[in-house]
Amino acid sequence: MQALEISPEKCTGCKQCELACSWVHTGLFQPSRSVIRVHVFDEQASFAPYACFQCDEAWCMQACPVNAIDVDEATGAKIVLDDVCVGCKLCVIACPFGTIFFDKAADTATKCDLCGGDPACAHACPTGAIRVAEVDPGAWVAPFGEKVDGAYRRAMEGGEA
Amino acid sequence: MSFQGGWTGCVLRVDLTRGEVRREELDPRHARDYVGGRGIGARLLWDELDPQVDPLSPENLLVFATGPLTGTNASCGARYMVVTKGPLTGCITTSNSGGRWGPELKFAGYDLLVLEGRSSTPVYLWILDDRVELRPAEHLWGKGVFETEDEIRRETGVADCSIASIGPAGENTVLYAAIMNDKFRAAGRSGVGAVMGSKNLKAIAVRGTGGVRVADPGALMAAQWAQKEVLSKAPLTSEGLPAYGTLALMNVINEHGALPTRNYKEAQFEGAENISGEELAKTRLAANKACFACTIACGRVSNISNEGIGRYTLKTSPRNWHHATEGPEYENAWSLGADCGVDDLDAILKSNLICNDLGMDPISLGATIAATMELYEMGVLTDEQTGMPMPFGSGDALVAMTEATGYRRGFGNEIAQGSKRLGEKFGHPEVFMGVKGQEFPAYDPRALQGMGLGYATSNRGACHLRAYTVSAEVVGEPEPMDPRATEGKAQLTVDMQNISTAIDATGLCLFLTFGNTLSDLTPLVAAATGIAYTDDDLVRAGERIWNRERMWNLRAGIEPSEDKLPKRMLEDAIPAGPAKGEVNRLSEMLPEYYRARGWSDDGRPGAEKLADLGIG
Repeated sequence: MQALEISPEKCTGCKQCELACSWVHTGLFQPSRSVIRVHVFDEQASFAPYACFQCDEAWCMQACPVNAIDVDEATGAKIVLDDVCVGCKLCVIACPFGTIFFDKAADTATKCDLCGGDPACAHACPTGAIRVAEVDPGAWVAPFGEKVDGAYRRAMEGGEA
Repeated sequence: MSFQGGWTGCVLRVDLTRGEVRREELDPRHARDYVGGRGIGARLLWDELDPQVDPLSPENLLVFATGPLTGTNASCGARYMVVTKGPLTGCITTSNSGGRWGPELKFAGYDLLVLEGRSSTPVYLWILDDRVELRPAEHLWGKGVFETEDEIRRETGVADCSIASIGPAGENTVLYAAIMNDKFRAAGRSGVGAVMGSKNLKAIAVRGTGGVRVADPGALMAAQWAQKEVLSKAPLTSEGLPAYGTLALMNVINEHGALPTRNYKEAQFEGAENISGEELAKTRLAANKACFACTIACGRVSNISNEGIGRYTLKTSPRNWHHATEGPEYENAWSLGADCGVDDLDAILKSNLICNDLGMDPISLGATIAATMELYEMGVLTDEQTGMPMPFGSGDALVAMTEATGYRRGFGNEIAQGSKRLGEKFGHPEVFMGVKGQEFPAYDPRALQGMGLGYATSNRGACHLRAYTVSAEVVGEPEPMDPRATEGKAQLTVDMQNISTAIDATGLCLFLTFGNTLSDLTPLVAAATGIAYTDDDLVRAGERIWNRERMWNLRAGIEPSEDKLPKRMLEDAIPAGPAKGEVNRLSEMLPEYYRARGWSDDGRPGAEKLADLGIG
């Protein structure tokens, strides 16, 4: 399956990905409706783009009471069927990563659909921090998780990240 | 004519005296002819502000103006311009800043924010899309920029908002106080922060959840892709600026013998290597940080590294920002460094951090401290007056005076007036290195003749961003020109002034001209606005804005005789280095400049020129 491979250490926080994503999905430059977001850790001078991991057994899909989340056969992306979604937000509550959002303007859930296999954010990124990769979901999430966890443990032990 | 895209078409007006908020339509003809940002701001001041007004009185207007590309995906389209009458110069001033404040204003639905009057008590403005309110700010008055931003984020509960604020320097009307946004980005020059302070306005917090519409999204995407490709291949925007920031210039300008040292007494600094971009990258660079939509990322985040010595370390600072600060840029590292003879990068970083937190322009501050150091070494100022020894090269004096100036404590109260007033007060006006009351930036106009003409004719006082002839005289772009020659510099300056003004008006960052040419940018403006601008249209818009600013200054009583350089630049030759023996030959260039501008011999735009530009 495909997923976005994100390297936070390459990110400069320019938010070109948010601009591209919102343009593709809404026709406007509107970062507030982008489904990839860059969290700026101001005080650590680090930037973390985050978007749906396209989990194998997606929690959002499990939680949806009306089966409005489907799998795109071509890419493996979990996609929201706008005309089925009733806007109950159970998926938003269920997602452990905070990468499915409720879009007030559309009154539906919204999430990364990998743009059908050619993600606009990856094109827009000037530093290669976002790439689209053919992955086994566990293969890179696990080392990334270990990295985050390691940084957290070091911070707890030594007072510095 | 209506707006197809780029512009929102809405101007937000806040009367601080009455506490009233109004929304007005942007005049589409002004938008077309003056493009945005600096241009529409200049037009608005022309229509509404008496040029004779006291800059720090309630009558002055404070305008925050975005351009049609602000908030779009155009590379480097993050800019907004603060337009007002500047207290340092008395000229119309246009101070530009990046970060993400401008785009947030646009997403909230406004092209321009116009502030009038003066609040009777300290307030801050909170804009959340349609919701606009003035909130009390007594509890924020006196606080630095960092704490103010954190506190406002807590109060509004909107972590994603962007904040433009002043620190104590703005409150205390330090004449070169800056408006800071996103903690480290500055509308830096000419004292726009003092104008905001005089209005009792502490901050403007804005969050926009709306979008920016463009007229032809497909064309914009194609133009942006092409623009970005150029930036990703040009050596300066793909390698130089990302690796070293603007500080890449330190060694280059020094090698050319054009690095002003010790208040422009010399033009090469023996300590340049220690304060260069290479040194910063090797020992202190923590990360690159981009402004919104920027694909260059010249911004530096720097550590102070001298752990254990602790003399200037940020770890002991009450305003500890996790041991790091943004900056320094080349201009700051020069003004706080070479111009003061200081080669201690940690002292420069510390001073730079204080400037950010207290909200001051480090160029004018550093230059005024340098003038103070010269007066001290001349024996005009004593330890008793300054409160401490102030020889050139003293990092301790630099750091102490930076803080004292922001709070107007002790001798800082004199430094807060800028070097022109300082020199006059102590009987030595010759120590002022600047034009129209504003201090020079970091290029010696004796070594680079074009920069002298650019400084002398800039509408906001000495400035490197109005006509960056360094590009031709040092870097060799677009065509290499002999830096010591005066031939061709008048036309070069006029062309660069017009193009830079046009770029300022679009909402783009001038740094993209290290890669892009105007013809890369025109399609962006055309696609966003739906107006078929040509390169020539934009150059003409730049010329129109320039003439408008010039006319406003003339009405304010800034006579063409002010298009001059200090005696030191015209008569005292550079003592050593590659440019040894050089002075600036302004008199060879200025008449030609007036002719190239189509102005009278005494520097006034005539009726014919104004009619040609559609200026009534």
